[in-house]
Amino acid sequence: MLGDPLLSGGIGLEEVLIVLVKAGVAFGVMLLAVILMIWFERKVISDLQNRVGPNQAGPFGLLQTIADGIKLIFKEDLIPNRADRWVFALAPFLLLVPAFVSFGIVPLGGDFQDNGGVVSWFGRDTYLQLADPPIGILVLLAMSSIGVYGMMLAGWSSGSKYPLLGSVRASAQAISYEAALGLSLVSVIIVSGSLSTHDIVASQAGEGFFGFVPNWNLLLTGVVPFVIFLLAAAAELNRAPFDLVEAEQELVGGFHTEYSSIRFGHFYLAEYMNLITMSAIMVTLFLGGPAGPIFGPGFLHPVLPVVWFFLKVMLFLFAAVWARATVPRFRYDQLMGLGWKVLIPLSLGWLLLLATVRVGDDQGWNYLVVVAVCMGVLVGAAALMAAALSSAHKDRIAEEVS
Amino acid sequence: METFVFLVGAAVILAGALGVVLSASATRAALSLIGTLFGIAVLFVAQEAHFLAAVQVIVYAGAIVVLFLFVLMLLGVDTTEDLSIEPITAQRPAAIVAGLAFFGMVMLALSAGADSVTGMPGAFDPVAGTVPDIVALGRSIFTTHVFALEATALLLTIAVVGAVVLVRKAETIDPDDDISPQLQDASTEDGEEA
Repeated sequence: MLGDPLLSGGIGLEEVLIVLVKAGVAFGVMLLAVILMIWFERKVISDLQNRVGPNQAGPFGLLQTIADGIKLIFKEDLIPNRADRWVFALAPFLLLVPAFVSFGIVPLGGDFQDNGGVVSWFGRDTYLQLADPPIGILVLLAMSSIGVYGMMLAGWSSGSKYPLLGSVRASAQAISYEAALGLSLVSVIIVSGSLSTHDIVASQAGEGFFGFVPNWNLLLTGVVPFVIFLLAAAAELNRAPFDLVEAEQELVGGFHTEYSSIRFGHFYLAEYMNLITMSAIMVTLFLGGPAGPIFGPGFLHPVLPVVWFFLKVMLFLFAAVWARATVPRFRYDQLMGLGWKVLIPLSLGWLLLLATVRVGDDQGWNYLVVVAVCMGVLVGAAALMAAALSSAHKDRIAEEVS
Repeated sequence: METFVFLVGAAVILAGALGVVLSASATRAALSLIGTLFGIAVLFVAQEAHFLAAVQVIVYAGAIVVLFLFVLMLLGVDTTEDLSIEPITAQRPAAIVAGLAFFGMVMLALSAGADSVTGMPGAFDPVAGTVPDIVALGRSIFTTHVFALEATALLLTIAVVGAVVLVRKAETIDPDDDISPQLQDASTEDGEEA
């Protein structure tokens, strides 16, 4: 836990300027990524639906998002009569700023195999990430809990009923799934032994089983936390199939129904920023971050990790678009049932299993016996819970019929 | 550098605190409270209490104020309160006295400096050791204070289960009870449709 080598030798004007430039570059990268992501999503969805998609603005329609952005800026900015103006203006930023801040903790590159993730540019050693706070991944949880305000206040301050319904849905969904998200995160923290994102990536460097299987948390935590995190993240992001927040048939457009012009643009931007950030976080936590084979001439060495990172993030982004184009939306009770009755108990149980295996490792217990006993207990608990759920369900049916 | 961070953090905290006290709308007061809590979190980071800062934002700003806002929204207290009415007599002078007493207590604790009365490390003493605060905190919670931790966890679980049990409806409706015949008819019809 050494922290960024850039800041280890005291903080002067030069360091402050470097950090500011890093923040500016990170913001630029994020904006560019959002612009390309929106284009990518529209193109892929068009392909999946047998359409052409945007093809007029620029080559392959690449400039479509910029055209849409300019259009949004020049549209009339409407504020409903009954809106709380101050909160109405504040809400988009409460969503936008956390979305960017949590991107700051993601290591985007650096050779973790030989170099400990340190890159040397212009004579200064630094990490290829905006910040590496000791609390690392907790920043993500803190920021996603701040993002709830953005959704809640946007709906409430509009002074209109559909946005309010949408915001109640959105905040209930975000709060419910944050528990499962946090619990599957703890599994990663237990295995990696650190909260810092840089250390989590560093702990996944190196050879895994048999010399060719990667030493990634995806395998070390036993895949289950990854699946839970993926589902919870999709729900947290209000992505399909969990996009009940903006179910057009029921709610018009969700919590941002009353927003127009660039204020709506902010929500749109925040949504895609969150999507990219979450994908990057998943790569960091489970897929070894920028880890990958490094070969070729010397000038390729700092570039290749960034390429691997980009490809892994693209995997998640494509999966998100794919799910949106193919999976039908959940019903609200199904959503809550999945979150509270399946994901949270499962992630809790899996966390206990991982913790027990760790303790067994320290105490020198027989690995197979520990796993067998844990699995037995877990299956027993699952059976008890299933029995309780089914009897509760029967009671409810009986109550409704009587 | 630290002075600069402190000045910015203190300004945010004071502005938020004034907002809590002075804004007439309850929602804006709650929002100002978030500002104050954020400023305090920044000061925690400046003091290298990173975990405390994270918990401050996650628990206080992220969960408790959300709860405040939910209550405000569900009760519909979104209009401006009339401040000229004083429901409890003499609560304002009492608040001033209590505030001054609290201020005096904090100043006393700060001015005590290194030599504190209780023998615990004083306000200006650095916490011994150079272990990162997360490691130190984790060790302390899960070794020395593990019983208190487990007891608190049990208490919270009991509270949650108790709340669920309390808000549950009565198990079954006895048909012989004093439900009017129309209501009973309506419920059976509903049942058949379902």
